[in-house]
Amino acid sequence: MTVPMALLGLLEREPSHGYELKRDYDSVFGRRKQLPYGQVYATLARLARDGKVIAGESEPGAGPDRRRYVITEQGATEVGLWLAEPVDPQPHLQTVLFVKVVLALMLERDAEKYLDAQRTAHLQRMRELTEVKRSDGMIDALLADHGLFHLEADLRWIDLTAARLARLAAEVRS
Amino acid sequence: MSALVEARDIHLSFGPTPALRGATFAANSGEIVAVMGPSGSGKSTLLHCLAGILTATSGEVTFAGRRIDSLGEGERSALRRDRFGFVFQFGQLVPELTAEENVALPLLLAGTRRADALTRARLWFDRLDLQDLQRRRSGELSGGEQQRVALARGLVTEPEVLFADEPTGALDSLTGERVMNLLSSAARAHGTTVVLVTHEPRVAAYADREVMVRDGRVTSPALLVGAP
Repeated sequence: MTVPMALLGLLEREPSHGYELKRDYDSVFGRRKQLPYGQVYATLARLARDGKVIAGESEPGAGPDRRRYVITEQGATEVGLWLAEPVDPQPHLQTVLFVKVVLALMLERDAEKYLDAQRTAHLQRMRELTEVKRSDGMIDALLADHGLFHLEADLRWIDLTAARLARLAAEVRS
Repeated sequence: MSALVEARDIHLSFGPTPALRGATFAANSGEIVAVMGPSGSGKSTLLHCLAGILTATSGEVTFAGRRIDSLGEGERSALRRDRFGFVFQFGQLVPELTAEENVALPLLLAGTRRADALTRARLWFDRLDLQDLQRRRSGELSGGEQQRVALARGLVTEPEVLFADEPTGALDSLTGERVMNLLSSAARAHGTTVVLVTHEPRVAAYADREVMVRDGRVTSPALLVGAP
């Protein structure tokens, strides 16, 4: 859902060619995960089919698609609604962490050792993201902060779980 | 590399309550080490022992290869004044003094002439971007400003070790981040070793590594990765 809306939003800013959209998407939203050209043109084709963008005439020149895309009123309305709508606050269940802890307790393995190792891995990632914040621009810092707060939430869960291991073990093994 | 600050198997109790039960810790020169752990785990007590504020009942604490747990209070006090710096969570500044007088205080206590002490203090106001606060009484400053002034005071003697105990504990995220950026940048620029006690992962992420304190003992989680 995010990619079509991001492309529509970029088109609301100004009509653009597909390659311009990819360039702008990658520099603002893509960061370390760039958008493949195939996905850009497939998404634009769907948006055109649904009446949210209009593809202009093909322009002469090299490259697979030299058409300029323009957002429609319907597309702009959809962007406006999407931007105003809060995201469903789904609980971000760390199912892998959860399964590992419960299974370790069930099998009488060392769950505390696993949690220690997980804490170290989380803190190492947090150090890397903190370095990104110190050395890169504001957009990277914003993204790094999002990662940092989520990792911090995981760490709270890890610490709470570590403090409750004995009780959890008793319950799991009963 | 030999450790600059080290504790080996130290024990300390407060009355019948054991606070440290065989804690072992080492920080190398120029290293920033976060000491993490739940409330009451003994992490602040460990910092106080490393800094010579408290004396362990058994075990050894060394600084630059020299035992400090067996020194008299006078010598330990001189060590704290001349070679260590401190930043705590709050309550560190003298409210009646101006910010620059607060920063100059450790130098004045060490016998530096007032004019020289204030000149050196002012250097830190530039380094920590505090120029506007120099003449303000510290009691009039916001929490974040006070903490930046406290950091300047902790670093003004250019200590070999900075002991920071929950330095951002009373600050909001953004202000805390600014203090940690300044603290870690200044420490790295001057090669200062930092022992950073914190329960906040976002603060610990400014350190080179972390150790965990649990029930008065130190574990180094990094050693556990991949361990059988």
